[in-house]
Amino acid sequence: MTHFAAVLLFALFASVVFGITQRETPRQMIRYGIYCFVLFVGSAIALSWVMFFIAR
Amino acid sequence: MRYSQKGMATTPNNSAAAQEVSQQGFVYLPLIAGWLVPGAGHFLLRKWGRGSLLAASVLGMFVTGLVLQGKLYSGAHDILDILGLAGDLGNGLLYVVSRVFGLGADLVQVTTADWGTRFIVVAGLLNVIAAVDAHNLRTGRKS
Repeated sequence: MTHFAAVLLFALFASVVFGITQRETPRQMIRYGIYCFVLFVGSAIALSWVMFFIAR
Repeated sequence: MRYSQKGMATTPNNSAAAQEVSQQGFVYLPLIAGWLVPGAGHFLLRKWGRGSLLAASVLGMFVTGLVLQGKLYSGAHDILDILGLAGDLGNGLLYVVSRVFGLGADLVQVTTADWGTRFIVVAGLLNVIAAVDAHNLRTGRKS
């Protein structure tokens, strides 16, 4: 398993739980779940680039 | 006074009665059931869809951790081990069964095993969040 695949799986599972538990209606759950997923993956990619430039 | 209720909307009374019935019994049962078995708290409250998704997510994360040869914390030697053990215990029976069958690695020797260890800990934390959500549904704090 690649690091990115692990990030995607982690983000998917965590986002589903966050979406269901932190919002009331199904529509809000889906929106918040997608929001969390994008933040998880996006922040992982952004931090990866930061670390890449720090390491140079 | 009963005749005066004829023709009035009865839905609120029915829903109130149904809610009263659902409030009977042990209040902490969904919390404990949800902790022991992922999704069971929601199943008890007849939230089949939410329960299934929560169970699939927690189970998926836990199994992914095991597949990655993640470590199951068994003792508390330092503060990080204590925190890891607390997270692992959030998995409830999944943790107990895995320990009984000797699943998970004893030592973290490869990078993916380190990820797997985190997956298992986070699965436990997510399961606790799901169990608390079931408790909130049970007490009426959340609909």
